[in-house]
Amino acid sequence: MSTLTVVFALLFYVATVILVGGLAFKIAQYWKTPAPLKIPTTPAPLTQGGAALRVMREVLLFESLFNSNKWIWLLGALFHASLALVVMRHLRYFQEPVWFWVHLVQPFGAYGGFAMVVGLFGLWYRRIGIERIRYISNPSDHLMLLLLVGIGFSGLMMRFVARTDIISVKAFFLGLMRFDWRPLPDDPFLIIHLTLVALLMVVFPFSKLLHAPGVFFSPTRNQADDARERRHVAPWAASKDAERPA
Amino acid sequence: MAKSDFEVPELTKSIELPSLKPGAMAHLKSFVAQPAHQEPLGFPGELVDNWEQKAVDKLRELLGKFRSLQVYLDACVRCGACTDKCHYFLGTGDPMNMPVARQDLLRSVYRKYFTPAGKIAPTLVGAKPMNKQMLDDWYTYFHQCSQCRRCSVFCPYGIDTAEISMAAREIMDHIGHGQKYTNEIIGKVHKIGNNLGLPGPALASTLEGLEEDVLEETGADVKFPIDVEGADILLVTPSADFFAEPHTQSLIGYAKVFHQAGMSWTLSTHATEAANFAMFIGSYDQMHKIANRIRKAARDLGVKRIVFGECGHAWRVAYSFLNTLAGPWDFLDPKYPVPQHICEVTYDLIKRGALTLDKSANDHMTLTYHDSCNVARGSRMGDMPGGQMMIPREVIKAVCGKYVDMDPNTIGEKTFCCGGGGGLLTDDLMELRVKGAMPRMQALNAVKESEGVTHMASICAICKAQFTKILPYYEFDMEAVVGVHQLVSNAIVLGTKE
Ligand code: SF4
Ligand code: SF4
Repeated sequence: MSTLTVVFALLFYVATVILVGGLAFKIAQYWKTPAPLKIPTTPAPLTQGGAALRVMREVLLFESLFNSNKWIWLLGALFHASLALVVMRHLRYFQEPVWFWVHLVQPFGAYGGFAMVVGLFGLWYRRIGIERIRYISNPSDHLMLLLLVGIGFSGLMMRFVARTDIISVKAFFLGLMRFDWRPLPDDPFLIIHLTLVALLMVVFPFSKLLHAPGVFFSPTRNQADDARERRHVAPWAASKDAERPA
Repeated sequence: MAKSDFEVPELTKSIELPSLKPGAMAHLKSFVAQPAHQEPLGFPGELVDNWEQKAVDKLRELLGKFRSLQVYLDACVRCGACTDKCHYFLGTGDPMNMPVARQDLLRSVYRKYFTPAGKIAPTLVGAKPMNKQMLDDWYTYFHQCSQCRRCSVFCPYGIDTAEISMAAREIMDHIGHGQKYTNEIIGKVHKIGNNLGLPGPALASTLEGLEEDVLEETGADVKFPIDVEGADILLVTPSADFFAEPHTQSLIGYAKVFHQAGMSWTLSTHATEAANFAMFIGSYDQMHKIANRIRKAARDLGVKRIVFGECGHAWRVAYSFLNTLAGPWDFLDPKYPVPQHICEVTYDLIKRGALTLDKSANDHMTLTYHDSCNVARGSRMGDMPGGQMMIPREVIKAVCGKYVDMDPNTIGEKTFCCGGGGGLLTDDLMELRVKGAMPRMQALNAVKESEGVTHMASICAICKAQFTKILPYYEFDMEAVVGVHQLVSNAIVLGTKE
């Protein structure tokens, strides 16, 4: 077994543990923290089902963003939709047999890679070119874009320029999942690609990528507008009822 | 134009994005609370020893109590969608008045003390320590946020800067660095019962005066009852309604509506204030205390319903929080929602044909309507989403002939703040108030020019007080702002219905 294989096998185990553990911790934290008052941004749906639908529209269509800025919406939607496509396409490296719809996605996945990079460059351009967005950007915002562009770019290189032995790559990942390690091809773009992906997995729970779970927990979006019908007392506030004048 | 030692924004054809003027508003600070304003609320009188650490500790406590704060501090991606949505940024060009930059004042401290990234690589993620400079920036810019929530409408994650500015103010109060205006007023509510510090006897004589005025003017014996046990309705209204113009005109309107519909109602000396300024400082404890005065008043008088008068944030606290803070309301008549807004009551009566209305009484005006932030984005009326936008407009249209809406991007849930909400309605912040009103003035000016609009109706005491003060800076007449029930008052025909 080559050192490379051992290093990457361990790297992915560690990255997976950090990603899953870190996200689980944050989600548990969001879940457990009370929301003591009803604060939906109105006009809001009157039922919990309606509120769930509202959140889904935010997640799938970026509804609020569409209403705020068409350019950010367009570029953001392009990036996220292509990312979703690319991730679906990559599922084939982790399955045997491969699900039927993952097969269907394959031909589009390649375009997805290009669209993703285009979307990222568009967002990056705004971050540099537009004074307001430049002002609010931290170095980490640029690094995050660099990381994602690096992943997209190395991926495209492997697909279109220096083809990688994807059969072996798949064997490597299936092996990882079954704790039966297989050699990883020694291929520069693959190494770059996988290193960056592992890095992304590691920073995910510590970065602004927490917007992904966060969007589901946003009280302004996920609460139903039923304050007059239902009391909404948080556990830490409940004791106050006893203190008030009769 | 009113005199000013700062530049009043010019009203152009449309709202233009300002170029960034860093530090443009750094000089403007409202008066800091003195021990006499702090201590009655249980806050330290002045900046405590070791306040840096105590601020961080308080932040930790709030993070555990408010999901909104925890999620909003994590979730921002700095997409910039909110950057051009704040009226204070549009009016001043100070980049710290962009909602995300304002949030980042607190977020950078959160990062520093509560996130691994901020501890390992502070410069990378913009983590900063809690120090004097930071506290100064907090005090300045969290008191340049009217907590209007316009930015939360446009953020893809619904990040609500109001929640963040409330948390920052709560922290500042707890380390002894509060704001005079708000805390002094909260003290008055506790001590005297209302924000203006009007004692009971003064109130009773004011109400008598109003009765006489209405009798003289209309010949109808409209009552303004106070502390009447066994009345059906307890009316809770902002104290401005008792003595300031144009607010009083709306109070007369409510009284005429009740009178004409034959409803039995009363005010209470123990709840002579609808406003709950504790929301502005993010203090759940204070909000709870103030809200429960109303519960007690309703209990003591044995009323069946509670109705709120025209006040924006009072309605938010009433609609969204009263049930939580002061419920359950099982001792009231279950036929009515608790509480109700006066516009809901009037709208209902109009729909049922219970009021005779003569629109021509308002013929000298062409009206538009200013949605108040806390009503439009924080509460509701009626039984459908958006009822709070529809109902006041329907009431206005029922009592006057000429009504026009302003630019749709500046009304409804996208409404622009009057510039004086959230505890900023103080003369020390006049420059901010005038500049922050620019987007609203712009939209008003547009319908003035295209449709001949002469008056703007509003259902918020703060909006009314703010507009009377700042309209002259933009060369409008200060009487161009009117209450919705002022219009009702003009149009309502008193006497037996034909
Ligand atoms: S719109 Fe929301 S996510 Fe985007 S920068 Fe503003 S607060 Fe952050
Ligand atoms: S809540 Fe209103 S005042 Fe505060 S930052 Fe947002 S838009 Fe500006």
